Amino acid sequence: MTKVEQLSQAQQQWRTDIGAWFAGERVVFRGKDLLTELHHLSWMGLLLYGITGKIPTEKQQRLFERLWVLSTSYPELRLWNNRVVALAGTVRSTAALGISAGVAVSQAEIYGGCPMTKAIDFLYRIKPDYDQGKDLTELVNLEIQQHKIIAGYGRPLIRTDERIQAVMQFAQELALDQGEYVKLAFAIEQVLFKLKHHKIYMNVAGLLAALAADQGMSVQDYNLYITLCFAAGMFPCFKDTVSQPEATFFPFSCEQIEYTGKAKRQWSQ
Amino acid sequence: MKLETIKTKIWQEHAQTKHPFMADSCYCSGYNVYQDILPNASWIEYLFLLFQLELPTAKQARLLEKLAIALANAGPRDYSVRAAMNGGVGGSSSAACLMAALGVGAGSVAGAREVLLAMQAWQHCGLSLALWQQYLSQPKSATQADVWPEAEHPMGFDPYANTCAQPVQQTLAVLVDCQVGEYLLCLQQQQGQLEQWAQCPLAMSGVAAAALSDLGFNPEQGEMLYLLLRLPGAAVHALEQRQLGWAQYPFFAGKIDVVNDPKRNQDEIND
Repeated sequence: MTKVEQLSQAQQQWRTDIGAWFAGERVVFRGKDLLTELHHLSWMGLLLYGITGKIPTEKQQRLFERLWVLSTSYPELRLWNNRVVALAGTVRSTAALGISAGVAVSQAEIYGGCPMTKAIDFLYRIKPDYDQGKDLTELVNLEIQQHKIIAGYGRPLIRTDERIQAVMQFAQELALDQGEYVKLAFAIEQVLFKLKHHKIYMNVAGLLAALAADQGMSVQDYNLYITLCFAAGMFPCFKDTVSQPEATFFPFSCEQIEYTGKAKRQWSQ
Repeated sequence: MKLETIKTKIWQEHAQTKHPFMADSCYCSGYNVYQDILPNASWIEYLFLLFQLELPTAKQARLLEKLAIALANAGPRDYSVRAAMNGGVGGSSSAACLMAALGVGAGSVAGAREVLLAMQAWQHCGLSLALWQQYLSQPKSATQADVWPEAEHPMGFDPYANTCAQPVQQTLAVLVDCQVGEYLLCLQQQQGQLEQWAQCPLAMSGVAAAALSDLGFNPEQGEMLYLLLRLPGAAVHALEQRQLGWAQYPFFAGKIDVVNDPKRNQDEIND
């Protein structure tokens, strides 16, 4: 097929298995009728079904929802993504604009989307070699050589992660605390303890990735699942700043700009 | 208590005597913005200064201005412009329209990521045809997953074109004529060879990447500028569709084929 034929064909029809709205009649959601077959699902259940195409078990719905509750949404206005939302509130933008921007910002290199995606990818990449008996220390060293860091371990600002214990406690309640990937994640932490002068602890992204991997969630699906994971903490940030006097969220005075650039100069063009 | 500060090489302010939160004067890289830059500079000169902290030469300013014109509107068929129009037609806020254009225009198909990666290729290959051949003929796969989907075609080239589009050729010719740097000239002189290795004709993003590299921007600056310079078209098309309304805007009625529609499957069984 030529390129023109390919585009001309695409122009006529989009084939899909994700579903569609049949106006005034029904909604098909991944092969099922949303209104009559999926109404029993929790919102997290529907989200997971939309992402994976598989109806999640009750246990999976509880797990993936609780991971969000326990570990990803802090009503902390100073965190960079939340601060965007707080700024939107203080200058009287809309909640949707602020929160959309906050969600987009959450896909950051040093926290959020990027390391979380890389964390599950790392587990999937080393597991086959680990299962075949390769030395975990060597595998970790190789990853550090290749990518400089181990995603899911270490944390900006502080070293330990207060969420690990709470997440593990819940995983234990669901009998998911001894999964193969969870064990691997903790084994990697032990390796990092020995490798580094300063202890590097697993952060919650490492544990979340392991729990998701134990459920067989693909890297791509996990990337989609975490996209909105910080959102619940953002709504209160907006509400807080929008309900206080306008433009008063940590205003900067002129002298708080620390200029380190060129000296004053005359325009000569 | 000592207040935290924002460090910057770009901007300096002096406060009013009796109001520390009101600026009396503002300086951009040493130039007084409202006293000197505003009456004297063109928008393009100021844009260049903001990014590079030095004023452009006349040739550089001309190149950036010509590039800005070439990129200002990709037209209503462009995916990022379409995103903005989807905002406009439903009456979404102006910010939402531009955010939609940025979100969609950020990708690696005619988007800012394509420019970033193509600029990284210029950094890596420079004027070496041997390196370009290797880069285009033997693309490297990623060694780990990323939030960005992996590029599916050579960056800066058009996977669906048969020949290089005339607007791309015209843009390249005008930009080369500005005589800044060596990358644009190399691109023009070696276009046929590069297209052969890429197995795709040159795209506008490829021209933009070479121009932005010639102007001395790094890939991250180039990515930002490309996002920014394409917004005018997104804005005006969004406004136009807001005015025209949804009834005159395509909805692709009857063009979605749901392969696993349970009702269709039921009907087929009944038939």
